[in-house]
Amino acid sequence: MPLPYSEIVMEHFRNPRNVGRIEDADAKAIEGSPACGDMVAVYLKVDPQTHVITDIKFESYGCASNIATGSIITELAKGKTLEEAKQITWDEASKALGGLPPVKVHCSVLAVDGLRAAIQNYEERHGLVKEQEPTTVEFVRKRLKHVMNPVVGLDIVRTKLVKEIEVQDGVVRVVLDLPPDHMFAPAMREDIEEKLGHRWDVKQVIVEFAG
Amino acid sequence: MYENLVYLDNAAATRLDERVLEAMKPYFFDVYAVATSQFGYSIGLDAREALDTARARIAAVLGASPDEFIFTSGDTESSNLAIKGVALALAEKKGRHIITSPIEDFPVLHSVRALERQGFRATYVRVDETGRVDLDHLRESITPETVLVSIQTANQEIGTLQDIRAIGEICREKGVLFHTDATHAFTRVPLDVREIPVDLVTVSAHTIHGPKGIGGLYIRKGTPVRKVLDGGFQEFDLRPGLENIPGAVGFATAVELVTPEETARLQKMRDRLLERLLNEIPHTRLNGHPVHRLPHNANVSFRFVEGESLLLHLDMRGFAVSTGSACFSRSLEASHVILGIGGDHERAHGSVRFTFGRYNKEEDVDRVVEAIAEVVRELRRISPLGKE
Repeated sequence: MPLPYSEIVMEHFRNPRNVGRIEDADAKAIEGSPACGDMVAVYLKVDPQTHVITDIKFESYGCASNIATGSIITELAKGKTLEEAKQITWDEASKALGGLPPVKVHCSVLAVDGLRAAIQNYEERHGLVKEQEPTTVEFVRKRLKHVMNPVVGLDIVRTKLVKEIEVQDGVVRVVLDLPPDHMFAPAMREDIEEKLGHRWDVKQVIVEFAG
Repeated sequence: MYENLVYLDNAAATRLDERVLEAMKPYFFDVYAVATSQFGYSIGLDAREALDTARARIAAVLGASPDEFIFTSGDTESSNLAIKGVALALAEKKGRHIITSPIEDFPVLHSVRALERQGFRATYVRVDETGRVDLDHLRESITPETVLVSIQTANQEIGTLQDIRAIGEICREKGVLFHTDATHAFTRVPLDVREIPVDLVTVSAHTIHGPKGIGGLYIRKGTPVRKVLDGGFQEFDLRPGLENIPGAVGFATAVELVTPEETARLQKMRDRLLERLLNEIPHTRLNGHPVHRLPHNANVSFRFVEGESLLLHLDMRGFAVSTGSACFSRSLEASHVILGIGGDHERAHGSVRFTFGRYNKEEDVDRVVEAIAEVVRELRRISPLGKE
């Protein structure tokens, strides 16, 4: 049986493009952490007049899909304006790679998030951002769309695993329709905490399982 | 198809030895009948004799008498029967408390969790950073309600050997039954139930070049065990189901083919591998105990790299190893063993297990070291970690 990775994924995994650091980068971002098992750093050089990404590099600590997605998003983003690059989705990256296995969506979304975070970092440094968005129930729901249900490889909002979201005095409570001893429960809790815990107005993230 | 593969995952599964297959063949094609009662037809009596002989051969290696050893489908079933069987037999009479360690393999760990869901209380006895059980903590954890202590002989990932003699003596002294999962240790390290005070021992053929789908459980005479599968009266009325006679014969043959000389050869390869990896690749550490470990197991963490990537690169170069990385596991969880001995997620993600077997050659060691050195160097080049 062949690996569940496409030929393109394996090719990018073997020979990742645009690897490394840009020492005098105009913006950079790191998504993920050694704890969650995957980490991507994205570095940008941006033309200050046209806002075109003139150079982009990435580094990856992660599995094959993480490395391949990091590689492909650098190819997709190079030469685009920040506004255009912001629109690059995981779907687009996945298509360009000839598809990714559902269980690996989590690791590959990270690279897309890394690109967006680097763009946001540039916008913040260059006075291009609007007001900081407060963490509301709607905001949490939006973020949870980046948390994958590894069983099917679609996000937990779309697969209706999110039963309840509550935001009160900086405490975010998320209830998932999943038994507490489900094989993916600890991985999903960690992922949700990771996505929301660092927010400026969030003190605590509580993930409950009621399945 | 895989003649050039260097297979270093012998703890997961092993290549069958041809001599084992030859011993099994007659029981597929010639003596294929069910093992009948002593009043059955001839072919069934021959099957019965083969089963009983296989049982006696394995029991002898364990120092047990033949009626203390039953065949199962493998270590998962053996440990389920040992733990649930004893717990159910003693719940009413003695209590609902069970003791194990946090680094046991899943058959033990999940059997204990299943009992917890049914109202049992479990204590996970502390282990040190090498994976050895804290004997004082074990002693003070035993209560009058404790029905069983289940501590493995050797760890499936990091290879750490427990002092099962001392553990058995503590259990004896406190009047508690002791089960050990010896799946990875059986025949590679000495284990004689006449010398070690142990009541139940899980073993399996798949780790010693025997067939998959056959294992066994040693049950000391008089140990209360309630059967967990319902069916016929096979295996002393403890394990119903048609007996796997070719498997049993294969298992007995595989047990006898392991020699101390062979194990010493595997250990020599393992020692050379560890020495080279730890000395030649920077930011590398041994997981498990430097001395008290399985002779054919090495487990090493490479910092700043993730195990699945490492494993795939090695696969492309013709080497099969295993990793404790979350990305590689079916549950997307990092190795509970590395985390259980106080390691962090990064150490688990970068951990690689090498387990040697009969078909490894001395020259494989240097080839795998060179491949790993190259892959680790390449993955560190693209990693955001470890640059400062």
